[in-house]
Amino acid sequence: MFGFLLRRLAVLIPTFIGVSIIAFSFIRLLPGDPVALLSGERVMSPERHAQISAQLGLDRPMVIQYFDYLGGVLTGDFGTSIVSKTPILGQFWALFPATVELSFCAIILAIAIGVPAGVIAAIKRGSFFDQTLMGIALVGYSMPIFWWGLLLIIFFSGTLQWFPVSGRISLMYFFPPVTGFMLIDSLLSGQKGAFMSAISHLALPSIVLATIPLAVIARQTRSAMLEVLSEDYVRTARAKGLSPFRVVGIHALRNAMIPVITTIGLQIGVMLAGAILTETIFSWPGIGKWMVDSVFRRDYPVIQGGLLLIAGIIMIVNLIVDLLYGLINPRIRH
Amino acid sequence: MADTITDIDNSPQVLSSAALRRQMLKEFWFYFSENRGAVIGLFVFVALVFVAVFASVIAPHSPFQQYRDAILVPPAWIEGGNTTFLLGTDPVGRDILSRLIYGAQYSLFIGVFVTTLSLVGGILVGLIAGYYRGWIDTVIMRLMDIILAFPSLLLALVLVAILGPSLTNGMIAIAITLQPHFVRLTRAAVMAEKSRDYVTASRLAGAGPFRLMFRTILPNCMAPLIVQATLSFSNAILDAAALGFLGMGAQPPAPEWGTMLAEAREFILRAWWVVTFPGLAILITVLAINLMGDGLRDALDPKLKRS
Repeated sequence: MFGFLLRRLAVLIPTFIGVSIIAFSFIRLLPGDPVALLSGERVMSPERHAQISAQLGLDRPMVIQYFDYLGGVLTGDFGTSIVSKTPILGQFWALFPATVELSFCAIILAIAIGVPAGVIAAIKRGSFFDQTLMGIALVGYSMPIFWWGLLLIIFFSGTLQWFPVSGRISLMYFFPPVTGFMLIDSLLSGQKGAFMSAISHLALPSIVLATIPLAVIARQTRSAMLEVLSEDYVRTARAKGLSPFRVVGIHALRNAMIPVITTIGLQIGVMLAGAILTETIFSWPGIGKWMVDSVFRRDYPVIQGGLLLIAGIIMIVNLIVDLLYGLINPRIRH
Repeated sequence: MADTITDIDNSPQVLSSAALRRQMLKEFWFYFSENRGAVIGLFVFVALVFVAVFASVIAPHSPFQQYRDAILVPPAWIEGGNTTFLLGTDPVGRDILSRLIYGAQYSLFIGVFVTTLSLVGGILVGLIAGYYRGWIDTVIMRLMDIILAFPSLLLALVLVAILGPSLTNGMIAIAITLQPHFVRLTRAAVMAEKSRDYVTASRLAGAGPFRLMFRTILPNCMAPLIVQATLSFSNAILDAAALGFLGMGAQPPAPEWGTMLAEAREFILRAWWVVTFPGLAILITVLAINLMGDGLRDALDPKLKRS
């Protein structure tokens, strides 16, 4: 297992260096003067230009600039936002919990519905339930989620007025962030109704973000389950007279979950991309909306830092998924 | 596909290449048509192509004409609507149906352009990586890993931020993010095929590396690539619409479906039709292509069976 970890890390490091080169060269590839772009000052005298250039280290050779940047990144210095003049890493940590909270609720929702639905569809293969479910899953998989979010707003926020349109919690409630997770903070604050308000704000964005992963997980669970159900050991378990629940729930499901776990892991990258759209629609103050806003504000240092941070997180998540996979399926380690 | 050829070679009568092709096509259609969803998807897709090609004939109005006395007219079947504007009008009085019809041109063009670009690029790079192996393979695969480390929409968004918001830049960005899948598939297929006897035979007969790569190996790797191409087609349409929705793709007043949604956003609680129809058009198109993709997978890849 340790060797497996080392091998995975050996692949990860060059990838990370490549990702950092892309993030680094991104500003230098832009049409226009990187000094102006990084400082955010449009008009400046030649003296001021030289001063900022020296201050930002842009007058030095490219290779040295890169190693400076990499050194900064490794020590937690991702640069400073042009617009707010605050460190990028600080902004990221302030917004990241919102995205984690949303993604976590969405993935739980997707697993809680997707896995049982896929299992039942596999057991009742070819039935009306199976066909309907797979039809719905294909629609979910093809869904433009930004439109789906708008539809839910029209129906649940407009017509029924069940859920709020945007934000994380009603403005009535105010308490200092402790963990950054609204569900936990609202409970800690002890204010009546705050927790329910947080949940009702979370409901629609979670549904929207869960839609595509839910469809993918249901389809994958069904096909993995079908494969496992035709195996000899399942027939043996049935022949032994075990209850169908035991056969499916314990013997078959354990093995069918192996590919499903990989699928779930891969969905996390999909979710971070989905968060860009979902957070924009629901004005959810997370890193997805942060990136879109920064693109609009032309806050290039933030785009650069955010790109690297998000790619880094996805790489770490993929590594964890790989390791988990190696843990439950020893064959893969070699 | 390789299996089909061996089967036929074993049969006593010798078939001409045209007859062989016809037989393969017939077999393909047999498996494809067994999947009801795939046939429905195909019909919808053909209808969309028809609508896109003959948009100027079918559309009742110009997609840009603003009828200032008919702003936010609801669809015909709702009170206040009229049959001049079947699906109603948008906030500046343009006919939504006509804009949707012209929008089909955008979506299909985006799909074709992005898929072709990423397919051709991916096949070339994948063939080189899988055929030559060694350091060139390592470098290529690390590069692909790097592209895959970014969520596709994020990378597209950032590339558009660099190149400037436009449909062309958006399409290039999406093609770049879709390409690694083709590279990986081609490389894996080439590595599997390269050690087969027919490739060795061809090499011994004096075929050069280019002939081996493109004429001998590539045709036998096409099945997974075609399935992936349909997936990319629908992904390209979705991503381009998402970019349009974020204001980073096709720019107004282009009747691109995602851009139409972006323009309609502030009216969602007042006029549901300006939001509903463009999104429905995206959903139907993507769904039809995905249904076709499922059928293609069944027909082209017997190993994946129908599960």
